[in-house]
Amino acid sequence: MADLTSTFVGIKSPNPFWLASAPPTDKEYNVRRAFEAGWGGVVWKTLGAEGPPVVNVNGPRYGAIYGADRRLLGLNNIELITDRPLQQNLREIKAVKRDYPDRAMVVSLMVPCEEEAWKAILPVVEETGADGIELNFGCPHGMSERGMGAAVGQVPEYIEMVARWCKQNTRMPVIVKLTPNITDIRKPAEAAKRGGADAVSLINTINSITSVNLDTMSPEPSIDGKGSHGGYCGPAVKPIALSMVSEIARHGETAGIPISGIGGVTTWRDAAEFMALGCGNVQVCTAVMTYGFKIVSEMVSGLSDWMDEKGHTSTADFIGSAVPNVTDWQYLNLNYVAKAKINQDSCISCGRCYAACEDTSHQAIAMSPDRTFSVIDAECVACNLCVDVCPVEDCITMEAMQPGETDPRTGKVVEKEYANWTTHPNNPGAVAAE
Amino acid sequence: MSNSQMTPGIAAGRLSQDQLAQNFDDLHAPFAPHKAAVAADRCYFCYDAPCVTACPTDIDIPLFIRQIQTGTPEAAAKTILNQNILGGMCARVCPTETLCEQVCVREVSEGKPVEIGRLQRHATDTLMEAGIHPFSRAAPTGKTIAVVGAGPAGLSCAHRLAMHGHDVTLYDARPKPGGLNEFGIAAYKTTDDFAAREVDWLMQIGGITLNSGQALGRDLDLDSLQKDFDAVFLGVGLGGVNSLRAAGEERDGVSDAVSFIAELRQADDLSTLPVGRHVVVIGGGMTAVDAAVQSKLLGAEHVTIAYRRDRDAMSASRYEQDLAASHGVNIIFNAQPKEVHGNGAATEVEFEYTALVDGKLTGTGETFRVKADQVFKAIGQTLEDAPGAVKIEHGKIAVSGAGQTSLKGVWAGGDCATGGDDLTVTAVAEGRDAAEDIHTTLMG
Repeated sequence: MADLTSTFVGIKSPNPFWLASAPPTDKEYNVRRAFEAGWGGVVWKTLGAEGPPVVNVNGPRYGAIYGADRRLLGLNNIELITDRPLQQNLREIKAVKRDYPDRAMVVSLMVPCEEEAWKAILPVVEETGADGIELNFGCPHGMSERGMGAAVGQVPEYIEMVARWCKQNTRMPVIVKLTPNITDIRKPAEAAKRGGADAVSLINTINSITSVNLDTMSPEPSIDGKGSHGGYCGPAVKPIALSMVSEIARHGETAGIPISGIGGVTTWRDAAEFMALGCGNVQVCTAVMTYGFKIVSEMVSGLSDWMDEKGHTSTADFIGSAVPNVTDWQYLNLNYVAKAKINQDSCISCGRCYAACEDTSHQAIAMSPDRTFSVIDAECVACNLCVDVCPVEDCITMEAMQPGETDPRTGKVVEKEYANWTTHPNNPGAVAAE
Repeated sequence: MSNSQMTPGIAAGRLSQDQLAQNFDDLHAPFAPHKAAVAADRCYFCYDAPCVTACPTDIDIPLFIRQIQTGTPEAAAKTILNQNILGGMCARVCPTETLCEQVCVREVSEGKPVEIGRLQRHATDTLMEAGIHPFSRAAPTGKTIAVVGAGPAGLSCAHRLAMHGHDVTLYDARPKPGGLNEFGIAAYKTTDDFAAREVDWLMQIGGITLNSGQALGRDLDLDSLQKDFDAVFLGVGLGGVNSLRAAGEERDGVSDAVSFIAELRQADDLSTLPVGRHVVVIGGGMTAVDAAVQSKLLGAEHVTIAYRRDRDAMSASRYEQDLAASHGVNIIFNAQPKEVHGNGAATEVEFEYTALVDGKLTGTGETFRVKADQVFKAIGQTLEDAPGAVKIEHGKIAVSGAGQTSLKGVWAGGDCATGGDDLTVTAVAEGRDAAEDIHTTLMG
């Protein structure tokens, strides 16, 4: 069995699956259950400065988006940071860490953007025996209105400044959690690095309104007829998170900074994908809020089996393996030609590929009177829409044409050599191919 | 009353009231909204969907399922009722396993179709429970049409004609409208007086005058109808029953399955309805299954269906056969009745085994007897009292096109006319199409 042990910015955990700073990690009771279930580590739900704790709304905090059979695809929340006293949280963190020394215990923090505030909280957190801290620069609702959370994360200079204060005032590793509610994720990551942060974690939640109640005209979740944007997370945000992670992993200024991947991680496969794009570990929240802590068993067995199958003995073997394959559009091989192919044995004749192609694409699927669907190679541009809408996995596949074959759509012979837009004759800025 | 399943002969009250109520409850409980949503989620919204092609009334099934899925069951109902005004009844009685659900791509690929029938019921029940009749009449045309027979074909025809602004007089031989929906379908398929409620709901369109207790050939004649109305539609069904052509058919205890079913449907108290301890049903269609299962549900100890051909030839679907078997009905194939034995009343039926010899069904000479206090004949119905002037073909009123008979101005549809599968849903389609043809003909 593959070794799932993970070391992230010097913090060891028995597996790379941590729970993200969120309701599941708000108190001792939950975190003990998580550790009993097998989670490798937690990021304790964000602590605020000493003093009266924040208060939460007393109505719905969550809103959801569903797929078929009410499968939860996206969740949004308007919950704030912990609403329990700082001292109580610190006592509990200490007690749990003492009882589970092998698990990662990272504490999320959010205090006002003043050095004194950070200087005050860092020693008391350090005293718990916690392994590290995560700076919550991402929470997009409520706290951001008070100049914290995403309000800091959206200003790279603030990120750099606060990261530096933390590095100067604690021995604990500092992870900066980034908000996706910005234009270019590379800028805050660069700032974190300049400030000396040990790692970044992303993504925090995305500004969102899940739905509108058409009877009351209130956004959901609704508090007495009014709604406020919340933070969106869950399987629906995974593609956004993967893209942002890859941007940081392949950007010259930020390449190599440890990344903790967050955003819709639901299965072992999601975790492996984040790690392939450069994440040292992953953090999970919505999946456990939907299914409970037990899912970690599937994540552990799935990742382990896959690593065995691929011959990986440690997670380091594949972390970042997909990064070199993320490129700009302009470097994609325009001489690569594929055609859709429908496997008639697995086709159930629903005709969705036909409707999609005929109505919205390239009229490249033929339908016979007996409902046999077949690809017209002379029209197929290999857009993949038929594959995407087909309800049967692997029924429609994209088959690459071999060099030397003639593409019936263009009449051109498929070339063996790679050629991209930068040298394409239609590109006014084309450079001569070397 | 102290009768039980063991009481000899034909007796009422074999089961307790509670047991009877449970036995005759809905065969399939209606979908609660959540179950409907889950079932609707399974639909793939196929292109040019096979289920629509398989539906005799061409209901746009993927569309109505999507409408349920998006929380608008009333809109779904309208999609259904536009094509099939008796969509509520058809949702209950259609043999979906041989129509829409048989060709559902999920049936083909997984052996588990989208539950179209139950979804249709969910939609139409929701609309009807809200008391909504979503259709209204066009401006009056001044045309009058006689519709003879208030069964599925007649009701469907009358509604469509009324919608187009014509004035319809609807006649029916029985004291109540509904035809086989009211008198001829197993009670557990249409509970809570649904057939009557559906007719009341349908009549909300207006412009339809119902005259019950008026039979063609007894109280009405086609000549007068042709003179008095601009057009006539005949949807009189099949009133006669085929005879067994077996000795002893006249013995007490031998009767028509259709009469038994009608009596059961109209009974106010099922515990007063007598049924044999040993019941034999002869035939292989839905009527045979309905009579056999209901006999069992009334408390008959042993119920046997005997059919003269093999399983594949049986017109009751495999689903219906399994339904009968699951209720403890024994089905004997390849057995034809030779004689009903008994002393005054039936006590046994003697059968002879059959085999196909050179494509012809032939007795093998081997016989056996089955105990029978009560024998139901379910070997097909025949057209009765057809007007002499109209052309008959294979025992039915000959029609061409959209139900046009050999007489100008006279249309026909449903079980009494040629074509169709003797199903409620085909009768509805024929009535509707004839109405459209009548409308086009009258309005030029």
